[in-house]
Amino acid sequence: MAGVLIGLAAALAGCQREERQLRLDPPVADALDKIALMPNRIGGAPPEVYFKLGKPYEANAYNLSQGKRLYTWFGCKSCHGDGQGGSGPAFLDGWWYYGPELVSIFASIRDGRPHGMPMFGDKMTTDQIWQLAGYVQTIGSYEGQTAAPSRNDEKQARPAENRAPAKLLFDEGPSPVHLDQGPTP
Amino acid sequence: MIRAASKAGLSAMLVVPLTGCGGNWQSALDVYGSAAISLKHLIILIVAVCSVVWMLVMIALIAALWRNRDARSSSPEPGRERRMTMAVIGAVVATVLIISTFTVMSFIATRALTVASQDDLTVRVRGLQWWWGLEYVGPDPSHRFETANEIHIPVGRNVRLQLEGLDVIHSFWVPSLAGKQDLVPGRPNELTIRVERAGVYRGQCAEFCGMQHAHMALLVIAEPQEDFDKWATAQRQVATPPTDEEAAAGLRTFLTKPCAACHTVRGTAAAGTTGPDLTHVGSRRTIASGMFETTRGSLAAWIADPQTIKPGNNMPLVPLTPDELRAVSAYLASLK
Repeated sequence: MAGVLIGLAAALAGCQREERQLRLDPPVADALDKIALMPNRIGGAPPEVYFKLGKPYEANAYNLSQGKRLYTWFGCKSCHGDGQGGSGPAFLDGWWYYGPELVSIFASIRDGRPHGMPMFGDKMTTDQIWQLAGYVQTIGSYEGQTAAPSRNDEKQARPAENRAPAKLLFDEGPSPVHLDQGPTP
Repeated sequence: MIRAASKAGLSAMLVVPLTGCGGNWQSALDVYGSAAISLKHLIILIVAVCSVVWMLVMIALIAALWRNRDARSSSPEPGRERRMTMAVIGAVVATVLIISTFTVMSFIATRALTVASQDDLTVRVRGLQWWWGLEYVGPDPSHRFETANEIHIPVGRNVRLQLEGLDVIHSFWVPSLAGKQDLVPGRPNELTIRVERAGVYRGQCAEFCGMQHAHMALLVIAEPQEDFDKWATAQRQVATPPTDEEAAAGLRTFLTKPCAACHTVRGTAAAGTTGPDLTHVGSRRTIASGMFETTRGSLAAWIADPQTIKPGNNMPLVPLTPDELRAVSAYLASLK
């Protein structure tokens, strides 16, 4: 009897669907724009509303998928490739010049960074920048995630985003990934 | 009393589905394209013949039931077996003949649908969530231009549509002109349409493609060759610079806000390719893929809150002040 009830509860839990936040109220978008960065613009804290919303840009598959589309639409590929880098740094290796925190990535996209990263603050809305930042973070994530963006239609030039990859690259091996920076971050 | 009421109810129930057949807005029974005409002839032939066959079968069935009652008591009459055999053979021969005729007619109709060897105009149609991107390509690269959601074509000419989906599978369907053809990512399809009468024909996506599939409409506007040439010449032009102060302010807002990152207005710095080309957006009949008639008000409403009007679409809610919104909508409405 208990087994049946547990099974039923599990089946019902399967009915729960992830909710899509399609329209961000302008005041919420305003609040989400107010991140607190450290003075050196590396690391910091997202605004409180971000946690109240339940970290929507890391845990929500729809936002990650939209981020993936924005990655192509806003030309990120032309410098960063599919994450393996090019004239811009790679994300796949999990080596973050400005730290792995989402706020740093958000700030990099919104305000730009020295040596060629342009600012997108005037080209994208706050919502879009968060979506894109969330997606970029999954590319070089240290841990596998339950939320993942949708699959590629075109040829996949790299592993899927929700695997736990970058950590492996930092394992001590015969040849470290970053010769100049050492095998561990 | 009750009888009259039920009669009225019944006729109302009949009228509702029948009204769906009227009007030439979007109907496969009201055809003006050569492909749709041959399809309609085929389906009418098949329905007519099948109706006659069905009635004959029913008559034979009822007659058989009727006869059987008398036959049980009396002894079998001579020559009955022979007549029955003849009837069965006749039915088999008729069936073979009818199905062969259908096969031939269907083959002839399908031939009319295949891509014409000679086309007068080529349009690349790209299906996106949830709008139609159009690119008119000509032999001369300078004749190329982009527009969206509204296909103008000359009457009586073969127009080759090169169909491709850019995100998911869509389907191009203008019932009055031709059958459906899918737009598949990475696999271009072709469809030739030829319209015999000037007019406006509505079409829509016929393959479920996401949340706003139902709001992915397009218009095909068939017009005489001179009108089409005039339209195409106007579309090739870059956008006319704004003349009044408000529209000029709108252009400035358009270029400094995220609008320009996704939309192109030829003749300005705006060159984004993610969203529809807006160079002549004011000349199109509808915006947002057939959601509204193009007016300054509907443009403003759309820009102010696209996610409430068409939830899930890829146009973000860009925060604008009321003055900026007024200016941008004035500018876009002026892009004739």
